Amino acid sequence: MTLLFTVLIPFAGAALVALASHFGRAHSAWAAGVVIFASMVLLAPLASLPFAGEMLIQQQDWIPTLGLNLAFRLDGLSLLFAGLILGIGLLIVLYARYYLSERDSMGRFYAYLMLFMGSMLGIVLSENLIQLLIFWELTSLSSFLLISYWQHREEARHGARMALAVTGLGGFAMLGGFLLLGHIVGSYELSDVFASADHIRAHPLYVPTLLLILLGVFTKSAQFPFHFWLPHAMAAPTPVSAYLHSATMVKAGVFLLARLYPALSGTTEWFWLVSGAGLATLLLGAYAALFKHDLKGLLAYSTISHLGLITLLFGLSTPLAAVAGVFHIINHATFKASLFMAAGIIDHEAGTRDMRRLNGLWKYMPYTATLAMVAAAAMAGVPLLNGFLSKEMFFAEAVHIAEGHGSWLLPVLVTLAGAFAVAYSIRFIHDVFFNGEPVDLPKTPHEPPRWMKVPVEILVVLCLVVGVAPGLTVAPLLAVAAAGSLQAPLPDYHLALWHGFNTALLMSLIALALGTVIYVLRRPLIAWHEAGIGRADARVVYNALVNGLIGAALRITRTFDTGSLQRQVFLFVAAALVLGVAPWLASDTPLTGSRAGLPLDAVSLTAAAALILATVATVAWHRRRFTALVTIGVVGLVVSLAFIKFSAPDLALTQLSVEIVTIVLLLLALYFLPQHGAAEASRARVGRDAAIALVAGLGTAALAWAVLTRPYDTIAGYFLENSKPGGGGTNVVNVILVDFRGYDTLGEITVLALAGLGIVALLQNLHLAAPLHDTAGRAWDADAHPVIMATLTRILLPLALMVAVFILLRGHNQPGGGFIAGLITAVALIVQYLANGAAWTHQRMASDNHPLIAWGLGIATFTGLASWAFDHPFLTSTFGYMNWPVVGKFELASAMAFDLGVFLVVVGATLMILTQLGSLHHAEPARKETR
Amino acid sequence: MEALIALVIGVLTAGGVFLALRGQTFPVVLGLTLMSYAVNLFLFVMGRLAIGVPPVISEAAAGYTDPLPQALVLTAIVISFGMTAFVIVLALKARAELGNDHVDGLEHEEDRRA
Repeated sequence: MTLLFTVLIPFAGAALVALASHFGRAHSAWAAGVVIFASMVLLAPLASLPFAGEMLIQQQDWIPTLGLNLAFRLDGLSLLFAGLILGIGLLIVLYARYYLSERDSMGRFYAYLMLFMGSMLGIVLSENLIQLLIFWELTSLSSFLLISYWQHREEARHGARMALAVTGLGGFAMLGGFLLLGHIVGSYELSDVFASADHIRAHPLYVPTLLLILLGVFTKSAQFPFHFWLPHAMAAPTPVSAYLHSATMVKAGVFLLARLYPALSGTTEWFWLVSGAGLATLLLGAYAALFKHDLKGLLAYSTISHLGLITLLFGLSTPLAAVAGVFHIINHATFKASLFMAAGIIDHEAGTRDMRRLNGLWKYMPYTATLAMVAAAAMAGVPLLNGFLSKEMFFAEAVHIAEGHGSWLLPVLVTLAGAFAVAYSIRFIHDVFFNGEPVDLPKTPHEPPRWMKVPVEILVVLCLVVGVAPGLTVAPLLAVAAAGSLQAPLPDYHLALWHGFNTALLMSLIALALGTVIYVLRRPLIAWHEAGIGRADARVVYNALVNGLIGAALRITRTFDTGSLQRQVFLFVAAALVLGVAPWLASDTPLTGSRAGLPLDAVSLTAAAALILATVATVAWHRRRFTALVTIGVVGLVVSLAFIKFSAPDLALTQLSVEIVTIVLLLLALYFLPQHGAAEASRARVGRDAAIALVAGLGTAALAWAVLTRPYDTIAGYFLENSKPGGGGTNVVNVILVDFRGYDTLGEITVLALAGLGIVALLQNLHLAAPLHDTAGRAWDADAHPVIMATLTRILLPLALMVAVFILLRGHNQPGGGFIAGLITAVALIVQYLANGAAWTHQRMASDNHPLIAWGLGIATFTGLASWAFDHPFLTSTFGYMNWPVVGKFELASAMAFDLGVFLVVVGATLMILTQLGSLHHAEPARKETR
Repeated sequence: MEALIALVIGVLTAGGVFLALRGQTFPVVLGLTLMSYAVNLFLFVMGRLAIGVPPVISEAAAGYTDPLPQALVLTAIVISFGMTAFVIVLALKARAELGNDHVDGLEHEEDRRA
């Protein structure tokens, strides 16, 4: 599981780094360095495997039922990228230590950086595609945090949002692509995907799969037309840009191209889509970079251009082009990271990045200037530097393709792009370090601190040694990485400075010469560009799209949500009716089924008539609220009678006791509400609501009728058979509650407890004016607690509690149980409050019911957990019998402890709700006066 | 008998829906209570109607009705109570904070006339 830990260490490290910042600014930098080093140390012993031609796959069950494994792969390509991510990451950590100012939070910066690094490692080391996608999305999220690091800046927030929106959308498309790919292959493992490459390319779903995956790749790698987010992401601190846009974030896209190259490449669609997008991006980026006055803007477009180059190489679909693509990934990472860092140093020491003001810095920082010049030369593709080598391979491949197709357009276009690359590289150097004197700089520039230059030095030295002696340095790594990408034997190629005087070299020379000419002509060119094309901004289109989308969403929302809940309920019921009635009308199934019904009897008919009358009365008299409360009580009582009639004694007991507490509750609430309802707004609304209610009633009745007249299969047999032998109880309903479906019950008592707590929270600091008179204008009775009632309830209390205990204990075998016993206890205690007052009751029992609820939930949960101690799943119950003196043989079941928990929660929650509501008016001074 | 139960469920639903569509909080709570009755009964009778055969295991029993809907409905009844309590307290809170007892929290034409 080494690879898993390599990926997880940075995630855990993020917390460590944030914590370390409490001990001092530099501590978090050190911590970040240690975290990266730990990942490296873990990976190092495995690094030799790809060089020995081995591929390592480590798997761990994750969600086996869905066929998802945590699967990691280490081959040459993964190793190269992991190396880039960790190595350049370490340099960035060092650099950022000196870059960030006193005002910036180091802990936050390094924590985000660690999160991002872990996500990137996850992408490149994943074997499973779904897992890869999760890390892919994590890079989008963590890069959002990094780009918006300076949250107080508007452009940082905006740039981060844009990057997240574009890459997030791409990631979504890619999820679709991966699901299709998984559907085609039958597995999400990369090994299986590679194995069925031919099958994938021949599959009818190949094109949609390719399109969706490419959407993800192109948005991430800032390919045209999704390139516009990258320049705006430059609002990030420069270390972030140096990391995200050289070795990581944008490289994730081209990494995926390289990764899936063996599975998807080689078709006409792949060739045109990938190389087309790559070519367009290459040209557009190279052209636009020249005209940016901002140093980082220039580098941003140059990055876009180089990503286009790499994409184009993979699009060409020849093994040699893929090797060149991998090579350029390495080279671009080194020279672009160093250039970004140099730009950051200039910004840091001169106070601006505007090339119209930064001139002649050579005098002030010759050392940094030298480093920047070497890196920029590598970017331009000057011989003796690494950029030259991969660019030569690129030109050679362009010529090779041109020879095959007979069209010379491609070599001409790539040479043109090369010329622009030369021109903007010269501009980067000449405008900044020479070209006259600085214009109005905020501070006098000077060389940066010693250690801030070290990362740049290391990278520049790498550019040089790779450029001078590729065979001695990069060749083995390139070979294993390219082999990892191709998943096939490497083509014949030769890394060398001098390949003889060939077409590619000629193209390089033309690009160098033409680039110099373009640079010399830059002033008229810039003027011409800014008068025309330069005004076009993809951001305008993006903003219009986003605003349009938000506007449309708002309009839809406002159509349905006018801020009126009454209207919401109406729409909800109406929609439910439409959804319920429409399929009914379309279906030709008869309403009545074949099941024989029960005969009607007079008692049932009378009870039903009472219920219907009471319902109608409740509706008709709902404005006379007290009366409506009485009639609805009748409804509840008849419902409990129905439960008795149809063999549900447990339900009847529950309904009956709930009925009592509900009525008490509503009475208490009604005290603070108007005693009479207001008149209706309009007859039309009453008519409309009546019609809807009628349809709803008819529909439900018809549905009930249709179900009741049909036979059905039930799983009840299992519960009936296993209740006694498995659960140790004969009351099947109770055994289901506390045993078979105990987990549901645990959830339900939690809901009840939460409702109780929520009510307490709502009632806190609530002040409501209590009426001084009843509805008829009479003062309240001075005798709040009639003596006869008070005396009787006191006698009743022990009896009621005994009944509750009886009901609780017998619940497992006879109708009863925790719910019912809890409600009965609550009723018995509430009656004390009603008859004797809260003051009297609180002298005799605790007024705080929170502990009851806590104990109840605790006991129920603990009963569940206890089964773990015996290696059984959560809430497994056990039971046994023992002989008690006097009582005789008595059953003890662990489910009874669970039921006790249920009992306590029900008592606690019910009491809490009612006493809180009841004590509301005692706190009211107006009420006290009347007493 | 089945027709009678269907009718009862229909009447309870119709009454519940009508009251739930009212503007003031108290009738809405009454409506929700009626609807809870309807829904609980509906769920309960999914086990079909049976008389005199409670799901309590005994040697003398002639048969057993389906215990599963009963177990579901039992907790539903208790949860309904929790919900009713929460909603009515919410209504009280709204009245205290907003000064009226309309579900929209706004003083409507109808309230002023009352």
